Amino acid sequence: MEEPIIRVNHLQTYFYVDSRISRAVDDVSFSIPKGKIVCIVGESGCGKSVTALSLLRLISDPGKILGGEVLFQEQDVLKMNTKDLHNLRGNQISMIFQEPMTSLNPVFTIGRQIVETIVEHTLLDEKQAWKKAVGLIERVDLPRAEQIMTSYPHELSGGMLQRVMIAIALSCDPSLLIADEPTTALDVTIQAQVLDLLKGIRDESDMSILFITHDLGVVAEIADYVIVMYAGKKIEEAPIIDLFQNPRHPYTKGLLKSRPIIGQHQDRLYSIRGQVPDLSELGQNCYFCDRCEECLDICKEKYPPYLSDGSQHNTACWLYEKGELNESASGTN
Amino acid sequence: MSTIKQKPAAERKKSKSIWTESFRRLLKNKTAVFSACFLILMFLFSFVGPLLSPYGADAMDVTLMKYPPSLFHWLGTDDYGRDVLTRLMTAGQISLTVGLASMVLSLVLGALLGAIAGYYGGIVDSMIMRIADILLSIPSLPLLIIIAALLSEFKVPTDYRIYIVMMMISFVGWPRLARLIRGQILSLREQMYIKAADVLGLSSRRKIFHHLLPNTYPLLIVVATLQTAAGILNESTLSFLGLGVVAPTATWGNMITIANNLIDFQKRPWLWIPPGMAIFLTVVAINVLGDAIRDVLDPKMKGR
Amino acid sequence: MRFIRDSGMPAENKRGVPVKKYVLKRFLQMIPILLGISLLIFFLFAMMPGDYFSSNRKLTPERLNELRALYGLNKPVIERYFIWLKNAFHGDFGFSLQHMLPVTTLINRYIWNSFIISFVALFFTWALALVIGVYSATKQYSFFDKLVTLGVFASLSVPSFFIGLMMIKFFGVDLHILPIGGMLDTGSNSVGFAYLLEVLRHMIMPVAILTILSVGSLTRYFRTGMLDVLRMDFIRTARAKGLKERTVIFRHALRNALLPAITLLAFELPGLFSGAIITEQIFGWPGIGKIQLDALNARDYPVLMTLTMFLSFLTIFGNFLADVMYAAADPRIRIAKKE
Repeated sequence: MEEPIIRVNHLQTYFYVDSRISRAVDDVSFSIPKGKIVCIVGESGCGKSVTALSLLRLISDPGKILGGEVLFQEQDVLKMNTKDLHNLRGNQISMIFQEPMTSLNPVFTIGRQIVETIVEHTLLDEKQAWKKAVGLIERVDLPRAEQIMTSYPHELSGGMLQRVMIAIALSCDPSLLIADEPTTALDVTIQAQVLDLLKGIRDESDMSILFITHDLGVVAEIADYVIVMYAGKKIEEAPIIDLFQNPRHPYTKGLLKSRPIIGQHQDRLYSIRGQVPDLSELGQNCYFCDRCEECLDICKEKYPPYLSDGSQHNTACWLYEKGELNESASGTN
Repeated sequence: MSTIKQKPAAERKKSKSIWTESFRRLLKNKTAVFSACFLILMFLFSFVGPLLSPYGADAMDVTLMKYPPSLFHWLGTDDYGRDVLTRLMTAGQISLTVGLASMVLSLVLGALLGAIAGYYGGIVDSMIMRIADILLSIPSLPLLIIIAALLSEFKVPTDYRIYIVMMMISFVGWPRLARLIRGQILSLREQMYIKAADVLGLSSRRKIFHHLLPNTYPLLIVVATLQTAAGILNESTLSFLGLGVVAPTATWGNMITIANNLIDFQKRPWLWIPPGMAIFLTVVAINVLGDAIRDVLDPKMKGR
Repeated sequence: MRFIRDSGMPAENKRGVPVKKYVLKRFLQMIPILLGISLLIFFLFAMMPGDYFSSNRKLTPERLNELRALYGLNKPVIERYFIWLKNAFHGDFGFSLQHMLPVTTLINRYIWNSFIISFVALFFTWALALVIGVYSATKQYSFFDKLVTLGVFASLSVPSFFIGLMMIKFFGVDLHILPIGGMLDTGSNSVGFAYLLEVLRHMIMPVAILTILSVGSLTRYFRTGMLDVLRMDFIRTARAKGLKERTVIFRHALRNALLPAITLLAFELPGLFSGAIITEQIFGWPGIGKIQLDALNARDYPVLMTLTMFLSFLTIFGNFLADVMYAAADPRIRIAKKE
């Protein structure tokens, strides 16, 4: 693996609601190589968005980042002072969100919202920033850039707004873009365009992308590496081809089985039985054991450790703790 | 027929669990519990207190006029030698009763008219709502003052004034409630189960009382608390101006009228500060409780 | 691209028309309500068994009838209503027999006294509510925020006359630092700057009371408005862009929280002129509220009636203005107008 641009170690983010603790992100570690796209997949409520927000410390009450470190250019983001943090956000690491319609301030023009970011982080004055902003809008393939600059968010469509968000995110040439389900709220055709745009930008600028999604179709389209999360835990990670060809964790297998395959007739779509557990009522057991088809006795007693064997394909599952791990690990590469 | 019988039963069971759940959450809110306890104490103070007091509320003692607070008269005595503390208790009976009764009256009026307006729509709706609009456009204190003046002209016996005051306060209170309830009914009407009731051919009365109004109960409870607070404040203001309940019946509001006398105002604060504090604290407690109830019944509104 | 405005066409033509139409429709809606109110109030007063003359025991029955005929008090109610309506259209709202002045002159004489304390109180209320509301929203659940919530409840629950009396007792009687009532010291004949200073000193307590009474609900309004905005997605975006917290709150959040509040200012309009009955009464401030009570005691009904109608009209007009401003504050329409 190349030198990672960002390294997340043992991240812990909990939510405190009504005197109950919800472990949204529990001991999650991963890293993102330079110029690669890493996807985090999982069902809603598995902690993937919270992970993304935690990287920029955008968690607000009642959530709290309890531990771990987020190393970016030898610095721990979680321990940064406010000044450095503001300097990092939108400048070196930027972020786009799920709902483009509500993610822009309705009372300011698009232009002002892009210019404001540029002026905050660079030495350009308003006029130069405006010119740069027009260039950014052209870069995200929007026509009539000058006109869009003077428009208000409600005058544009969702797809256009997401492109504007990407333009804002690109305004200071960040080395990492965090995209939190950026295509979920869009139509399928627009979705494909936005994915292409993101890939194109990666290819041009060697920017890394952390892409959060629940859609394995999107993952197949864009990812270089995949991280699967379940109930606040990372349960499997692998290079994209490996994961699709040789999934290990029963949950990953279930996810892959439950997606419809074009051209293949299925009488009934497979679905993983049961539901995601309540994150505030987790026990010592494997969080997936109630829904698992290959559940062992030990699964009901102890959570499996996440073991790394040096390869790029790892998982947290008891099935691979006893010999099977090495066996299937040798199959990868 | 079985479907008709089953549905309300299921609904009732569900709503019951919502009520117990809400109550459980209310008990967790310390300020709400504290306010509720304070209000219970206030009721005990007003209704049970006089029984424990060694003095009659109207018992005059000419040898002990206008005495400052002492060991025997904790809040002193007034210009007729009556024990202020005991009078505060009996005044509380009237003030609390007027507040509660005017709340019930305006709630009944408002809920009924609002439900009818929302349910039938059309001309009935516009008539009721225009009347409500008109009443809402007149600032409530001037309106209350005019009505009070009108009633004074008709020389209503003082004993009946307390009922008149209740009616007046409800008269200015109901339009706001009717508007709220109507809005709720309008949105409920569109929901599926009322349409189901339409298909089943239930009578209008049954639909309004058994299906529509019960669904506005959470709103009604919240509004009821606020209306009680407003009722107590309105009564005290009217009585202070001499347009509400008048002597010899004591209320917290008309006990404060003694402050219009400059000497009593300056030299004998024990005569008017306690009833003022009683009004203030009671109304604060009711408002805090109402706010907590709203948080519990409508979590979306939390923190507002 | 259909989501972008066609550039050649002035936006006002496209969106301005519905706004104008709405304003007109809303304006026409006021008329039946105004008539309804005038009817209701007129009949309420017509029901009064007494009038200004009946409290004067010195009048003989004949003289009484003469006087009533002179002032048209013996005609049927409906006829009197239309006479009143006709006169009202000509700006004649009757004659105050207590003050021996036309009602409009009387109102004009006192209304500015009410206006001045209401206006100053309005200023302080908005300034305080804005600062406290915004600050406590950014510090939700803090000790300060809890204190503010308590203060809001106190402000909503305190009887106006009681807090007025308490303040007079404390600042006027016990501490002797503020005058206990009126607009000027008794027997004062100061002029110029001294006069101004004297009025200012007398204003302090009434203004303070009016502010205390209304600051609670407005603070609550700003606090919840701000809390709502702070939860929005675009605030998270602003933070993710690396903007300073100050910029996020004062540029991005406050602008959005303030927009709907502008319409509230329209609701405040009637309050500026309506006078505060209780506060003016307690402080002996010669304003609209005080003459209302005086008129009540003297059975000077033309004054009372005109004032009540005036207040209702102001309220309705305030509502109208608020609706129009709300339509204007809606970003879609607001932008169309600006261009």
